[in-house]
Amino acid sequence: MADIIEIRGLEKTYDDGFEALKGVDLTIREGEILALLGPNGAGKTTLISAVCGLVTPTGGQVTVGGHDILSDYRAARSLIGLVPQEITIEPFEKVIDTVRFSRGLFGRPRDEVHIERVLRALSLWEKRNNRNTELSGGMKRRILIAKALAHEPKVLFLDEPTAGVDVTLRREMWELVRRLREEGVTIILTTHYIEEAEQMADRIGVIDKGRLLLVEETARLMHKLGRKELVVEIAEPLATVPPALAAHGVTLSDDGCRLIYTFDATAERTGMTRLMADIAEAGLHLRDLSTRQSSLEEVFLRLVDEGAGAMDAAQ
Amino acid sequence: MTARPAHGLNWTSIRAIYKFEMARTLRTLGQSILSPVITTVLYFVVFGGAIGGRIESVEGIAYGSFIVPGLVMLTLLQQAINNAAFGIYFPKFIGTIYELLSAPINFLEIVIGYVGAAATKALGVAVIILVTATFFVELTVMHPVAMLAFLVLTALSFSLLGFILGIWARNFEQLTLVPLLVVTPLVFLGGAFYSIDMLPEGWARITYFNPVLYLISGFRWSFFGVADVAPWISLIAVAGFLAACMGVVWWIFRTGWRIKP
Ligand SMILES: Nc1ncnc2c1ncn2[C@@H]1O[C@H](COP(=O)(O)OP(=O)(O)OP(=O)(O)O)[C@@H](O)[C@H]1O
Ligand SMILES: [Mg+2]
Repeated sequence: MADIIEIRGLEKTYDDGFEALKGVDLTIREGEILALLGPNGAGKTTLISAVCGLVTPTGGQVTVGGHDILSDYRAARSLIGLVPQEITIEPFEKVIDTVRFSRGLFGRPRDEVHIERVLRALSLWEKRNNRNTELSGGMKRRILIAKALAHEPKVLFLDEPTAGVDVTLRREMWELVRRLREEGVTIILTTHYIEEAEQMADRIGVIDKGRLLLVEETARLMHKLGRKELVVEIAEPLATVPPALAAHGVTLSDDGCRLIYTFDATAERTGMTRLMADIAEAGLHLRDLSTRQSSLEEVFLRLVDEGAGAMDAAQ
Repeated sequence: MTARPAHGLNWTSIRAIYKFEMARTLRTLGQSILSPVITTVLYFVVFGGAIGGRIESVEGIAYGSFIVPGLVMLTLLQQAINNAAFGIYFPKFIGTIYELLSAPINFLEIVIGYVGAAATKALGVAVIILVTATFFVELTVMHPVAMLAFLVLTALSFSLLGFILGIWARNFEQLTLVPLLVVTPLVFLGGAFYSIDMLPEGWARITYFNPVLYLISGFRWSFFGVADVAPWISLIAVAGFLAACMGVVWWIFRTGWRIKP
């Protein structure tokens, strides 16, 4: 896959002296879905804003489709559609005129067929002659997406597209994003829903405190960092973990009915055989056994912790 | 990738902005025209009728006719400034400016779109005022081309000023205060309702520092052929003001002042 966006050493220090981006390097491949994950204030919106021209970078270089975003901003920005995090929309305009305006603003000739396709894809066609204020919050967010798609961008930035959107609509939106990807649109989205990143993204980037901690294929990330948990249900509740099992690092659930053992699924030795032997030795009766992959959420929290730790160690 | 030329202006984008702004105007057509027309009629009744009855004529022109150019200028300035200021302040206020900033357009295109629409509306209202005036007084225009030039240049330059004001303003108070505190006094003291010859010596000299004087004087000359200052000085003053405003706007977009963090 060819690269469509190249970000090199991107820095942003706001006027009040706050460093929101501290040298971000990121290459985005054409046609992929990249999810940016990070806690509040990590710098996700700032990163997107810098690429799209809403914020003036204070350092580094960005190219979109080979065009520098500063010296060749026309060519670069023509390729980009942006859906901002906040719902900002002209209140009194009609839905369809709002979307037409976006196409014209980006210098594209009128194309009613395309406008209709976009509005239908976002289930807004029935509402096209309503004023924007007459639509619900979720619909307004879809208008923003329609506006971003009006000029047929090659790259779509979605800054928390599913915030405040109900479950059905969220699934529809995922569906739309997948369809766009099939049409060859590159999609960069930010989200707080780990599940969303896990389900949607080809790759996941983790940002914290203005630094990109890692970018990894979603499956590889899960595999590499995903711990597995073995849950052993026992017949009689225990008050404490037997010493032989405690040596394995086993913990006990609150009701005393389950022993939980965390292991690295990719390691040479998981230690599971020894553990089972020790459980038998301790004379415990098993009712059930299960393993589960730790969620990206846990992976993410660990990364952020480790990132902070590494940063502290460096200082 | 795109069919657009690398150089030259992007007229599709300009047209989009212009149309969008004009649509906003047309949505509120009634109030945008009604209020200036009523105000003007009131001015005619008070200044033209009540006071004008006691003033014979100014420089050989009936007082009612004499104040028409000043009245038109007053409305034109207010309209131009308010339209343009509000036009750009509103997207900044509600946040839709993100789209302008992310679009593949340059500062000149944004300015032409917004200022063009604001000036168009202001010109429209000015013409309506002129027409209204003909119902009250007799009017002849000696230099129609010059009159048009003054109208257009004034509409453009004060729309630019309004554009700057809209970008500068951080709240609605600032947005409305400047036209009220600065522009209205300048127009009143710029000889909208009198010739500066009628002022005492000292006042008259101070008045020459008022840029609006040159506008009104030149504009009045295009009607009656009499002026406080030579018409070509007026023209240079307006053109100079236009250039200065362009310079400020160019700097604003270069630095992102008050629009881009
Ligand atoms: N205009 C500004 N001036 C000063 N600081 C700013 C400005 N905009 C953002 N910041 C700061 O930069 C940091 C990053 O903000 P940003 O909006 O990029 O975070 P984010 O990752 O998008 O967070 P969220 O998940 O809450 O949307 C924050 O600490 C924020 O306070
Ligand atoms: Mg954000």
